[in-house]
Amino acid sequence: MAPLIEVADLRTHFFTDEGVVKAVDGVAFTIPAGKTVCVVGESGSGKSITGRSILNMVPYPGRVLDGAIRWQPDGAPPVDLLALDPKGREIRAIRGKDIALISQEPMAALSPVHTIGNQMIETIRLHLGLTKADARARAAEMLAKVGIPRPKDRLDSYAFELSGGMRQRVCIALAVACGPKLLIADEPTTALDVTTQANILDLFRELRDALGVSILFITHDLGVVAEIADEVVVMYLGQVVEQGRVDDIFHRPLHPYTRALLGSVPRLTRHRPERLPTISGMVPSPFERPSGCLFHPRCDRFEQGLCDRSAPELDRYANDRVARCFKAGAGS
Amino acid sequence: MLTYILRRILFMVPVTLAISLVAFIIIQLPPGDFITALTAQMAENNETLDPETLAALRDRYGFDQPMIVQYWKWITGIVFRGDFGQSFEWSRPVADLIWDRLGLTLIVSFATLVFVWVLAFPIGIYSAVRQYSWGDYIATFFGFIGLAVPNFLLALVLMYLSSRYLGASVGGLFSAEYVNADWSWGRVVDLLNHLWVPVIVLGTGGTAALIRIMRANLLDELKKPYVELARARGLSETRLLLKYPVRVALNPFISTLGWILPTLVSGAVVTAIVLSLPTSGPLLLNALFAQDMYLAGGFILLLSILTLIGTLVSDLLLAWLDPRIRYE
Repeated sequence: MAPLIEVADLRTHFFTDEGVVKAVDGVAFTIPAGKTVCVVGESGSGKSITGRSILNMVPYPGRVLDGAIRWQPDGAPPVDLLALDPKGREIRAIRGKDIALISQEPMAALSPVHTIGNQMIETIRLHLGLTKADARARAAEMLAKVGIPRPKDRLDSYAFELSGGMRQRVCIALAVACGPKLLIADEPTTALDVTTQANILDLFRELRDALGVSILFITHDLGVVAEIADEVVVMYLGQVVEQGRVDDIFHRPLHPYTRALLGSVPRLTRHRPERLPTISGMVPSPFERPSGCLFHPRCDRFEQGLCDRSAPELDRYANDRVARCFKAGAGS
Repeated sequence: MLTYILRRILFMVPVTLAISLVAFIIIQLPPGDFITALTAQMAENNETLDPETLAALRDRYGFDQPMIVQYWKWITGIVFRGDFGQSFEWSRPVADLIWDRLGLTLIVSFATLVFVWVLAFPIGIYSAVRQYSWGDYIATFFGFIGLAVPNFLLALVLMYLSSRYLGASVGGLFSAEYVNADWSWGRVVDLLNHLWVPVIVLGTGGTAALIRIMRANLLDELKKPYVELARARGLSETRLLLKYPVRVALNPFISTLGWILPTLVSGAVVTAIVLSLPTSGPLLLNALFAQDMYLAGGFILLLSILTLIGTLVSDLLLAWLDPRIRYE
């Protein structure tokens, strides 16, 4: 079955005064219809910018240099979203209707001076062309769907009158209000406390099952990945280093970076005195990218003369997996 | 909301009284009084007043009484009889002198306010949205010049240009034939013909300041997630810009409303003198020089009340504009 969206060789660079930051540098992956794909990686690995690039709204001074975002809902002929005018009518008809964004900061993602209903009704009328009354009814229905009590009253509330978890529910209601096919959720649980996190994750699963929506879930929390992902894309310094099904990634990681990430997750079963393993070294400065394999200075399988000389390609492995490593799968 | 407004208005009463007391004391602070100022002035012209006339004057105006008694007479006169006292220098009731000037001051203030907003609002938005573009640099350049050039200098330049190239005299707010005329359509047109010079002179600094404020505020807002999310919801750039970040960045426009009167009165005296505007500033300055205390006191009192009203109006507008303020 054709994927809902295919990201091919995406390159998004930021042209700052200090130099060029290769935020996204050759990212490729696919999102199958109805599946949840988690993008994981450290801060600065290019996860969020990948999400923004899909919506063709990379913030200044960023620019998409290369690549294609092939959007092919329901087997329709693919449309390259990057070929559309970022401010034009076509991409705006897709934004908020077919592809919706859920932001990292529920506290700041809603207007501080407009009611929740105002923003929801605005979006619904823009894309679905309903009358004011119908849009309002639909907005209330959506709020009810994401578990907000007294949804009709809540439409007249302002964001600052709600708790963080409630605000994120409102943002999710806003995102699904026009029946999108793809949700881009950019660390939607990061700013929330653990209990609220669990509730919001449950909500995502319910929505996925009820609406059949695909989700691109951006996170750095492997616990969240285990909860929600069908597939996992691991990113490092703007590149995909590994993609595969969630079970494969967790149980048989191919890339040393994935393995190191998994090794540094705290576990209750681990003995106390033992120190939590960490990945050695630091994420390199964006202006001093290592030669060869970007991960080689921190890698435990580094081979002199190979890993620091030539850059590995994304290679295919069994079970529809890809990994970017010369030594992928060698031992474990 | 209604109780809030009522409470605010009630609160203005003690504040006004406190201001009147402070104003009265400050006016009295310089050594001497109107009589000494008068004698000094006459001495300069080699004239003298005999001591008996001076004593009679002193007695008539009650200068020998303690200050608090003088204050009491003054303030009760205003509150109960609407009597602001007599101007020593002009030998006319203060009220007559003030109203005309105050009216013109309000007209100039309001025109300046409109000028500042109409100019600063779009330029500020443009400067923020097209940050570091040529347009932004040009706006910034003129903005800083507007901030840096003293108003009286700008006034002189405009007067020169206008009389040199337009052949018009630009001093004052009226042409000679309308200065003392009653209000008529011709007088209104004449006023509008004269108004643009003081409005430009007085408004340039404020415009420049507001452009900078609008630009800075809007730049902050443009990066906020709610703007990005509005874009991600499919809104067009113009629509989302005007509805969300501009609305939030509007607060300083509203909150400066209340200050415009005091700045115009205190800051614009020099300009008003240069342009010989019949506004309140020069008259107040003269009254202070001559120690014409009831005139000065009356001015300060009325201007403070207007400022309080301006602040109240701007607070109410802010509450209407920003629900976060409303709900506190």
